[in-house]
Amino acid sequence: MSDQHHSSEVGRPDDDGGAMNLPERFENPGLEPHRHRLGDSDPKIAKRSERQIVFIFLISVLASIGGLVGYFLIPVDEPNVLNVRLSTLVLGLGLGLGMLGIGVAAVQWARALMDDTEKIEDRHPMSAGSAVQQQAFEMLRDGAKEANVARRPVLKGAVGGALALAPLVYLVPLIGNLGADWDISKFAHTAWRPVRGGDPEMYYQGQFRYLALDPQDTRIRAADVTNNNIVHVIPRGLPEQEHYLEEKAKAVVLLVRVDPALLKESPERASWSYDGIVAYSKICTHVGCPVALYEQQTHHLLCPCHQSTFDITDAAKVVFGPAKRALPQLPIAVDEEGYLYATADFDEPVGPSYWQRER
Amino acid sequence: MTETSASGRSAATADPIVPKPVSGTVDYLDQRVGAASMIKGLARKIFPDHWSFLLGEIALYSFIVLLLSGIFLTMFFVPSMAEVHYPEDALPVTMQGIEMSEAFASTVYMSFHVRGGLLMRQIHHWAALLFVASMVIHMLRVFFTGAFRKPRELNYLVGFSMLILSLLAGLTGYSLPDDVLSGNGLRITDGVVKSIPIIGSYMSYMVFGGEFPGTDVIPRMFTLHILLIPGLILALVALHLFLVFWQKHTQYPGPGRTDKNVVGYPLFPVYMAKAGGFFFIVFGVLALMGGIMSINAVWNYGPFDPALVSAGAQPDWYMLFLEGSLRLMPGQPEFVILGWTLSLNVLIPAVVLPGLLFTFLGAYPFIERAVTKDMGEHHVLDRPRNTATRTSLGAAFLSVFIVLLIAGSNDLVATHFGLSLNAITWALRVLIFVLPVVVFIITKRICLALQRKDREVVLHGHETGQVRRTADGKFYEVHQPLDEYERWIKVGHHVYRPLQLAAREDANGVRRPGGHLDNLRTSFSRFFYEDRVEPVTPTEIAAAHGNGHAEITEGEPTHAGELTSTGGTSR
Ligand code: HEM
Ligand code: FES
Repeated sequence: MSDQHHSSEVGRPDDDGGAMNLPERFENPGLEPHRHRLGDSDPKIAKRSERQIVFIFLISVLASIGGLVGYFLIPVDEPNVLNVRLSTLVLGLGLGLGMLGIGVAAVQWARALMDDTEKIEDRHPMSAGSAVQQQAFEMLRDGAKEANVARRPVLKGAVGGALALAPLVYLVPLIGNLGADWDISKFAHTAWRPVRGGDPEMYYQGQFRYLALDPQDTRIRAADVTNNNIVHVIPRGLPEQEHYLEEKAKAVVLLVRVDPALLKESPERASWSYDGIVAYSKICTHVGCPVALYEQQTHHLLCPCHQSTFDITDAAKVVFGPAKRALPQLPIAVDEEGYLYATADFDEPVGPSYWQRER
Repeated sequence: MTETSASGRSAATADPIVPKPVSGTVDYLDQRVGAASMIKGLARKIFPDHWSFLLGEIALYSFIVLLLSGIFLTMFFVPSMAEVHYPEDALPVTMQGIEMSEAFASTVYMSFHVRGGLLMRQIHHWAALLFVASMVIHMLRVFFTGAFRKPRELNYLVGFSMLILSLLAGLTGYSLPDDVLSGNGLRITDGVVKSIPIIGSYMSYMVFGGEFPGTDVIPRMFTLHILLIPGLILALVALHLFLVFWQKHTQYPGPGRTDKNVVGYPLFPVYMAKAGGFFFIVFGVLALMGGIMSINAVWNYGPFDPALVSAGAQPDWYMLFLEGSLRLMPGQPEFVILGWTLSLNVLIPAVVLPGLLFTFLGAYPFIERAVTKDMGEHHVLDRPRNTATRTSLGAAFLSVFIVLLIAGSNDLVATHFGLSLNAITWALRVLIFVLPVVVFIITKRICLALQRKDREVVLHGHETGQVRRTADGKFYEVHQPLDEYERWIKVGHHVYRPLQLAAREDANGVRRPGGHLDNLRTSFSRFFYEDRVEPVTPTEIAAAHGNGHAEITEGEPTHAGELTSTGGTSR
């Protein structure tokens, strides 16, 4: 049965047997007579092709030599960017033309000088047929018989169990260690969290973290925040802190002063801004890019990654794009000297959503 | 043993078929590994020739270039996220004294102070772009010509796995230099991983060894990038090529070519010269690109800083569809259910949609086989026009991909054409649903029209542009009839007909088991093969010639209902 489809010309079982013999179909006419190249009969043309090919190989040789010479002659340890450019260029040309020459010459050789008559080879079906299959089945049966596995369910179970468990002793330590302490609760708080007994340089009253300019790390006076200009903010003293990049990746904040009349603030957040100055997390609530662009006319913050747009005057709610949630707001106030500090951490995790976010 | 060696030697001396060093080497190897049989089996193996068969070769050769340039890079790249200050006396001036990771510092340093370092970085990056591009186009060739049909379904899956692995290779490699762009790429990856329900947060923690960015991710990516992924790709390349040898290459339809032969040129010398030569061409072109065209000049972006991002930045092209998919999705579908956050606004574009697209791509050979119920081996390729539904499905798939690519550059499109970003995004949101349908319909029309055109040319020959006048004063154009070789290309193909609906109940009114599945299969089959154009038959040609030149071609699609037989016509 399984042999049947190998025997018909195109091997479709739905062909009713001798369909291909019916005169209503054209017959395959067989290979077209070969057309010879000019060079096959005219030795002059063949000779010209040969010279051409030799010439191309020659270009390759020259290019390779040029590249090597360039390597030795062009120093890159000088304080001169031009040399770097030149070295790259010369080596690239040398390597490129050296390789390209070999390739073009070889292909040209194959096309112009090698025999170009098409040859035919037979194909055989992948399967050697049902007789061989039968033999294979028998061998499998005999092998299984010799292994004596039939009617030994406990043995089979033992093999399966051992094979399933052993790899775990490799995988569990591998995966277990990859996640270090697995403490995903770290996602939920940032370096803005008030502390006790903090350095007064960094914390107002040793408690509330000062806002500082990124990257200068200098405190920010509310009076210096000009109208409608964006200020990039980090927690004061962050660059000296342990896990600086991880903390920065969560704690970066944008500060803007807008006309207080424009601000739509909910009553519970009325105390979170200061004199029209609002602070929002810079980490996009979509998948976490820094929200970097501010449009002064519309008071919109735009994330350049996928263009989520947030309205600064309206609690940084999403007005367009793939993010769902508003940017978390950082509650701020000023100290006696007019420096801005955070009165609390964000009241929700910053950045992209994750399954346990609300827990 | 001595006998063989003696005969080998005597063969070499008595009748010098090949020069002595060659016969000596072959003899040496033959007696140890049986080399003569290998040569016998391989040396003159026939390979069909067609420009589109070069696409897979480009992929292979750019992979080799990736290996060679990558080895160079590993010698100078330091996969560490330890913070260092860039040397005060090293180029470029803008980076002097700046704090950065060792990974970034070593990338910049190798670009300016290792001769050929910048060249190799640029070759590596261009080769990566070409590698993925050639693989994608190679896959399209395989798709549209039906090269995936039996017996090549498994090799199709091997190729498909290589495509996925190459995307991972690109993603991990792109992250290594630890510049602003690669850092934000990782950050987006982190956000996407976090959106996976239940385990996403832990997976993110696992990737970064803690919170983003941590100090583990680059060493880890490095190991994946230079060892695990290339190792897997290499193994799959070997398997892929072995299967191509074993099953022999497919060939385009043509006179003398059947499912039972291979027409082409022998491996040695023609194919070796052409394919070998082509390797040098690919390498040469990539080296020239690396020497002339700057790419990923990371010192212009600066070291990664979680507060920085550059506007208008683009990922490498093969990641652009994901970026576009993320951009198109509206934000609303994020839900909190019983306190658990389900972020469908990220999950759908970044996981579900690519998952569906790739599943379609990977499963297609099996879908088509289920529809045709075709058990035979196929070695002669289809002309895309002759498989109108497959071609149209492929085109529709591509149109989705292209919408995603455009969406991934919507900001550039907006600034370039002075359009509103929101308007473009909305237009693309609509297009991603509408365009595939439109493209499907149009492509199918075009395919059927091309088939009808084929019929017409077969029946009436090529137009010559010469107009003659008959004795009774009528004008007609002289048509040049096709020779049998050219005609064969247009009439030789197999035409499938829809599977006939088997009755769901037998004569006694008893339901057959599996009737539902059969129904589904029949309607799929009708979707695939209802519209078709039959190739010209000898009878029709005879009739056309009998009726003279003024005949109008009949080639309207026939419909399933008019047919009595379920059998197809054969080659
Ligand atoms: C398998 C396919 C591969 C792809 C698609 C790929 C892709 C990439 C890409 C896009 C980069 C960033 C290059 C840049 O700086 O502009 C990169 C970097 C790198 N790749 Fe690969 N690569 C592949 C294989 C390899 C192999 C086999 C090795 C080593 C044996 C390697 C070693 C490196 C190293 C050391 C870097 C970092 C150096 C640098 O960024 O300048 N790659 N790779
Ligand atoms: S990360 Fe901001 S829109 Fe995607």
